[in-house]
Amino acid sequence: MHGTLIYREQPAQISRAAVDGDDLWLSLDELKTATGWELRPQGACLGDLCVPIPAGREAEFVRDGGTRLNLTALGRLLGQPVVHDAARAVWFFGEAARARASGLSSLEAPDFTLPDLDGRLHSLSDYRGKKVFLVSWASW
Amino acid sequence: MIAVALETGGAATAGEWIRAATPTYPCLIDERHLVAELYGMVNVNCAVWINEAGRIVRPTESAGASQAFRRHMDRRTYQLSPEGIADKQLRRRVYLDALRDWAMKGGASRHALSPDAARERLRAPTEEHALAAANFRLGQHLHQQGHREAALSYFAEARRLHPESWNYKRQTWELEERGKAAGPEFWAAVDALGDTPYYPRVEMEGMPPSAG
Repeated sequence: MHGTLIYREQPAQISRAAVDGDDLWLSLDELKTATGWELRPQGACLGDLCVPIPAGREAEFVRDGGTRLNLTALGRLLGQPVVHDAARAVWFFGEAARARASGLSSLEAPDFTLPDLDGRLHSLSDYRGKKVFLVSWASW
Repeated sequence: MIAVALETGGAATAGEWIRAATPTYPCLIDERHLVAELYGMVNVNCAVWINEAGRIVRPTESAGASQAFRRHMDRRTYQLSPEGIADKQLRRRVYLDALRDWAMKGGASRHALSPDAARERLRAPTEEHALAAANFRLGQHLHQQGHREAALSYFAEARRLHPESWNYKRQTWELEERGKAAGPEFWAAVDALGDTPYYPRVEMEGMPPSAG
């Protein structure tokens, strides 16, 4: 399947995915390229973070001789919201509510990077050392 | 100060407002409403106070906005009555005085909350809110790619999953039809609130308790 995968806000084109209902099976190379996740002996890993594949549920997560991982199943395990548009082959994997809540409860202001009107990017972290009054508005 | 425009239309819709304001502070454009998701903002204007160490000292709250428009605005002309204008000015003044106090005194300001007090005011997202954000983002992506009709169904799902979000309602109504964000659907939704405030009360010394 050819399509678009938006994972952690990063869009990527995928071309060798297999779709089975709501499940998105990625080859390990596309998995790494599009999401950063890898399949290692200890489980699915993103950098130093490794999530063991639940015992007895291996077939839900890995198939084709260990060459594909079910990204949707991994998302469910992590509590990520997953939405896909089948007609246009677009998949969106968001951030889990519990991850957002945990980040907020630390009171560390979540970082973001956005453009100004001239397209220049600003990150909240650029303003560390200054008080920041962060305010939202809209034209609508 | 960092102002963030929650504008799926991007610079095309936010630009004229930013240029008119001739700002001396960064005005950023957030087509994905990412900042709203990160900070639990469900309306505009909302604000967060962040200290020099990058710590939240006042979580998301209405930035001194008045909901006097509910009872004191002519819905044809959008004109506020003198009573409505007075309420709007009072809330803005109280909020700005508090903000200036914090800017001057930092952690010693009575308006800078302790970590425990700040945590108590946090509104943690639910799984429905996270799923609403995912639907909004997919809709926003499709809209940006020119799949307008397809996008609308995801926007509707975002509104259903997170009905407290006026950002989702008004942004997506406006994408459906220009002017709809302040049209009959908006007023019907506001009226349906009944005694529920449009802007949750800002717990701040000197801020009037009534809803305007």
